[in-house]
Amino acid sequence: MVSFDRFTLTNGLRVLVHQDNTTPMAVVNLLYDVGARDENPGQTGFAHLFEHLMFGGSANIPNFDGPSQAAGAQNNAFTSNDITNYYITLPAANLETAFWLESDRMLSLAFSEKSLDVQRNVVCEEFKQRYLDQPYGDVWLRLRPLAYQVHPYRWATIGQELAHIEDAKMDDVKEFFATYYTPANACLVVAGHVDTAGVKELAEKWFGSIPAGRKPPRQLPVEPEQLEARRELVHADVPQHAIYIAFHGPARYDKHYHAVDLITDLLSQGSSSRLYRRLVKENELFSEINAYQTGSIDPGLVVVEGKPLPNVPIETAEKAIWEQLEQLCNERIAPYELEKVKNKIESTMVFAEMAILEKAMNLAYFELLGDADGFNHERDRYLAVTEADIQQQSQRLFRRENSSTLIYLANAHAQ
Amino acid sequence: MHMLNRTIAPAHAATTRFELIKPKHLTFPNGLQVFVFDSGDQELVRIEWIAGNVFVAEDRALLTTCVCDMLLEGTGTHTSAQVAEHVDFHGAFLVPSFGFDQSSLTLFSLTKHLPSLLPLVKEILTNSIFPEKELATYIRNSIQKLQVSLKKNSFVARRQFNRAVFGNNRYGCTPEISEYERIDRGELLSLFNSQYQPKNSTLIVSGKVTDEVTHLLEQLFGHEWQNTPDFEQHDAPPVFAPASVTAPMVVERKDALQSAIRLGCPSIGRSHRDFPGLQVINTILGGYFGSRLMTNIREDKGYTYNVGSGLASLKHGAFFTIASEVGVDVTKATLVEIQKEIRRLRDEPVPEEELALVRNYMMGAMLGSLENVFSHADKFKNVYFSGLGLDYYDYYTDVVNGITQEEVLRLANTYLDYDKMVKVIVGKLG
Repeated sequence: MVSFDRFTLTNGLRVLVHQDNTTPMAVVNLLYDVGARDENPGQTGFAHLFEHLMFGGSANIPNFDGPSQAAGAQNNAFTSNDITNYYITLPAANLETAFWLESDRMLSLAFSEKSLDVQRNVVCEEFKQRYLDQPYGDVWLRLRPLAYQVHPYRWATIGQELAHIEDAKMDDVKEFFATYYTPANACLVVAGHVDTAGVKELAEKWFGSIPAGRKPPRQLPVEPEQLEARRELVHADVPQHAIYIAFHGPARYDKHYHAVDLITDLLSQGSSSRLYRRLVKENELFSEINAYQTGSIDPGLVVVEGKPLPNVPIETAEKAIWEQLEQLCNERIAPYELEKVKNKIESTMVFAEMAILEKAMNLAYFELLGDADGFNHERDRYLAVTEADIQQQSQRLFRRENSSTLIYLANAHAQ
Repeated sequence: MHMLNRTIAPAHAATTRFELIKPKHLTFPNGLQVFVFDSGDQELVRIEWIAGNVFVAEDRALLTTCVCDMLLEGTGTHTSAQVAEHVDFHGAFLVPSFGFDQSSLTLFSLTKHLPSLLPLVKEILTNSIFPEKELATYIRNSIQKLQVSLKKNSFVARRQFNRAVFGNNRYGCTPEISEYERIDRGELLSLFNSQYQPKNSTLIVSGKVTDEVTHLLEQLFGHEWQNTPDFEQHDAPPVFAPASVTAPMVVERKDALQSAIRLGCPSIGRSHRDFPGLQVINTILGGYFGSRLMTNIREDKGYTYNVGSGLASLKHGAFFTIASEVGVDVTKATLVEIQKEIRRLRDEPVPEEELALVRNYMMGAMLGSLENVFSHADKFKNVYFSGLGLDYYDYYTDVVNGITQEEVLRLANTYLDYDKMVKVIVGKLG
C-alpha cells in the first residue's frame, strides 16, 4: 500500500506526496504527458531528442547538472511512446534544489543552439548504438510499422530514421516546449523523507508562478482492426534466425489488461513457464523464447519472440509457437497454473515497494492513467482474473488475422 | 508577494556522514559464516549463499561459471522441471550469479514461503547432479548466446581488454565455442563438491528475519550441510601476465557504424590505502554524468551516447577501465581527448570548486545507494570480501571529504598513465 496526499496548484500542476521516513533521501519525479505518439510523422524521435535538450540549461540556470551534483543529487529521464519522465534523487535536506531546477526548466529553456547541435549528434550515436550496430537491433524499427498502419506507435521512440533527428530545428524545439511543457500537462510526485506541508510550500514557491498554459488536445488516429495476417522476411547479417510475432492487445486501462499480462506470464515468466519448458527444454527447438506485452496507454502489442536452434527450420519453429498459443485458446488452464502466476505477481508487488523512486514513478504513471490510487488496486485486479478470462482473452489475441510476423533469416556463413 | 530570484540556488547542505546497519554475525556449527540484516517493513527476505570460486585450472574458469549457472538444473531428488515449478509456484526468484571471485545463489521470497523453499535450496547446495541432458541443453544454448554476443563490438572489446590486462587466467580467459563443447559432467560434479562447502561459503540474510527463519536456516545450513572431512580452503593467487603492447589493439569490423573503445590498466584494490582517493579521481575523470570525459566527449563534442570510467576491486587484483562506443569517424579523435583528459589530471590541479562538487556528489550518491536493507547488505559484502570491516566506510568518508588538490595530483600521477594503458578498439580506427 503506497499512501499519498494530492493537491493542485492554481496553474493546474498536480502534486502528489508520498512520505517514507525509512530513507534519508527524497525523490522529485516530474512526468510530462507527451511521448513519441504525439510527434509529427515527419519529425519522429523529437520527444526523446527534446528530453536531452531539457538538460542543456534553462532560463535562469545555465547548467542543469552542476548544481544538481553539487547538492549530492542524481538525475535522469526517459521517454517512451506515451510519456516523458524526469527524476531527481537527493538527500532530503536538499529537496529545495530539486524544486529550483525542475521549476526553472518548466518555466523556460535556454534554447541554446550549441546544445541542440551536440544533442542531435549524441542521439544519433544512441540510435546507432542501440538500434543499428547490434544484431537484431532494428527489430522495433521493423515490427512497429508492420503492426501499426496509422497509429503513431508505428514509429519507435528513438525515431523512424536518423534524418528526422538530424533535421530538427530550434523553432520546432520552441514550439514543442510551448505546447507540451506546461503545468497543466504535468504531474509532480515528491516521495521519501518529506512531509506534505513542506512540499506544498516549496511547490507554491517554485512552480506557483509559472503561467498555466493549457492541456494540449490529443486526437490520435485509431488503429483499425487488423483483418489479415502480415509478414516480413529479413535477410540479415545475424548469427541465427529469429522470429517475432506481434498481436494487437489491450490498452493499459482496458479491463482485460491484467488477464493478458497473466497470459504472457503463463507463457514465459520463469523457468517453469510453458514456452520455456516445452520449446527450449522438452522439444529442443529454441535457444531462447519470450512473451510480453508493451503495456502502452493506447492499445498495445503482445509479442512472442524466439531464436530457433540452428538445425530447426523456421517453419517448424513458427508452427511450434502457434501450437502453444492455440492450446491456451482451446484448453482451459488448471487453477494451479493460474495460482502460480498470481503468486509471482503478489511477491513482485511487495518487492516493488522497496524503492522510493519506483513508488514515485508508479504514482505519477497511475495518476496519468486516471488515479494514482489505481496502483494500490493492481494486485486485486490480477487476483480477480479467472481461468475463463485467460481462455477468452487468448482466443481474442491469438488469431492469424491479428498477427504480424517478422522473421530474420541469418545470411549463410555469416561472420 | 516579492519576486522570486531564480538565478540564486537554494542553500544545500553537504552530506558528511551516513549510518550503516551493522549485521548480526553468527557462526553455524559447521563453520558457515552468517550475517543477518534484520530491518524493513515488508514481509520479505533476500538470502544469499555465496561460495568462493574454485578453479580446475586458471584458464578453465568456464567450468566454474557452468557449475554456478547449472545449479537449478536438477538434484538427486528433484528434476530441473520440478525445481523450476516449486520456485515459481511460491512466487519466489532463485537466481545463480557468477562473479570473478564468488558464485552466489540468491533467493528473493516472501517470508511466509521460506519453510517450503529453504529445504529445496539445501538440496541444491548438497545434492546437485548436473544431468547430461540438461548439460547438453546448457552447452547448446550458451553457444547460441555467445555467437550473438560476439557480434556486439562492446562485448568483444571487453573480452579482449580483460585478456590483455590479466593474461590467460581466471580473470582474463575468454572461452571460445570449443571450450563449451569440451565441458564434462564428471568435472562439473567434482568441482561442485569441492566448491560448495560450508567452510568455503558465506550466508547473507536481509529483510524481515524472524527467529523462526534464523532457526530454520541454522537447522538446514548449519547442521544438515556438512563439510567433506578432508576439506581445506586454499586459493593461490593467479599468475598475472598483462600485455606489454600499449599501441591500440584493433579488431577491424568492416560494417561498423561505431567503434567500441576500452582502455585501462591493472590497479589497486579496496584494501589499499589509496583506493578511496583513487575513486575520487575516477569520479572526476569518468565516474558521473558531469565527469570530464562525459563533459568533453559527449556534451561538448557529441561523439558518443555514453563514456565512463570505473575502478574494480577483485580478490587478487584490480583494474581501472574507460569504456565508450563512438562514431567510427571520430574513434581516433576520441582517443586524443581521453589522453588529454588524463594528462590534464596529472598536470593541472583540479579546481577547488570541481573538487567540492565531486565530494558532494559522491557523498550524496553513497547516501542514495543505502535505500533499503538490501543495499546495506551490499555495502557490507563489498568490504567483507576485501578482508575489511564496516569501519572502512569511516575511512572512505574521511578521504572523500578531506582530499586535497595535491593529493589528486599525486594519485593521478601514480595510478593513471595513458601511455602505459592497454587500448582495445573494436570497429574502425579510421
